[in-house]
Amino acid sequence: MATKARVLIRPKEGILDPQGKAVERALPALGFEGVEHVRVGRVVELETDRPDALGELCEKLLANPLIEDYEIEKL
Amino acid sequence: MIWGVLQFPGSCDERDALHACLLAGGEARLVWHEERDLGGLDAIVVPGGFSYGDYLRAGAIARFSPAMEAVAEFAAAGGPVLGICNGFQVLCEAGLLPGALLRNENLRFVCRQVELIAAFGGPETPKSCDRPGESLSIPVKHGEGRYWAPEEMLDEIEARGQVAFRYAPGQNPNGSARDVAGVRNEAGNVLGLMPHPEHAVDELTGSTDGLKIFEGMR
Repeated sequence: MATKARVLIRPKEGILDPQGKAVERALPALGFEGVEHVRVGRVVELETDRPDALGELCEKLLANPLIEDYEIEKL
Repeated sequence: MIWGVLQFPGSCDERDALHACLLAGGEARLVWHEERDLGGLDAIVVPGGFSYGDYLRAGAIARFSPAMEAVAEFAAAGGPVLGICNGFQVLCEAGLLPGALLRNENLRFVCRQVELIAAFGGPETPKSCDRPGESLSIPVKHGEGRYWAPEEMLDEIEARGQVAFRYAPGQNPNGSARDVAGVRNEAGNVLGLMPHPEHAVDELTGSTDGLKIFEGMR
């Protein structure tokens, strides 16, 4: 039976995330003051027959381990 | 001399690259991304564009194409490989070049002429880089061209002379670390850069400096 999983991928700590910065700068204009350290990543949802291979799959394709961290959540 | 220019779904600069190869001398043909055999080719160009729609990350999916598997073998055997823009991203994703290309610092797509400084000269350098200090006028056009690598990796590639091109002072268009515009691999046969030498091969478009990079691959 296929396992459902959700993979959260985001830029590594310390790498400038201009998308996050742009969102952060837009918020005060809407009245949302005091929001900091916004980071924009992406979520990949999938179903797999080989949940044991999820880590390898992330390392090889879903994330670039040089610049991104990932977290696997089995659903 | 026979050049091969890769063509992925979403490539858009392969025709200009083909033209530049012909101007640099020899024959040239397109290599469809499903081709696995690069037999008879003497140099490979991985061109610019948006391979596979740049889905996931620029270059992330193209690196698994049959043609790229063949390019990895070609490079390992010492064959000269030039990656331009999206091609540079593909070569980094494939691990053939160090580092990664991130979204431009200001989030804007940049399209303009920049001055590049050739950064390295040495015995193992491709001739296209072996012009230290020389300035080349070549256009950039990209949204994800911010070269990045961890500090210690930057130190290493600088120490080994792998930084092939830097943006001239004040001209860094994307926030690239240490103004890096192009790098080569340790062996010196694989070169990648964000600017587009294939768009600078005719006086009609303002500069022929790009041709020097193609001529240096020969």
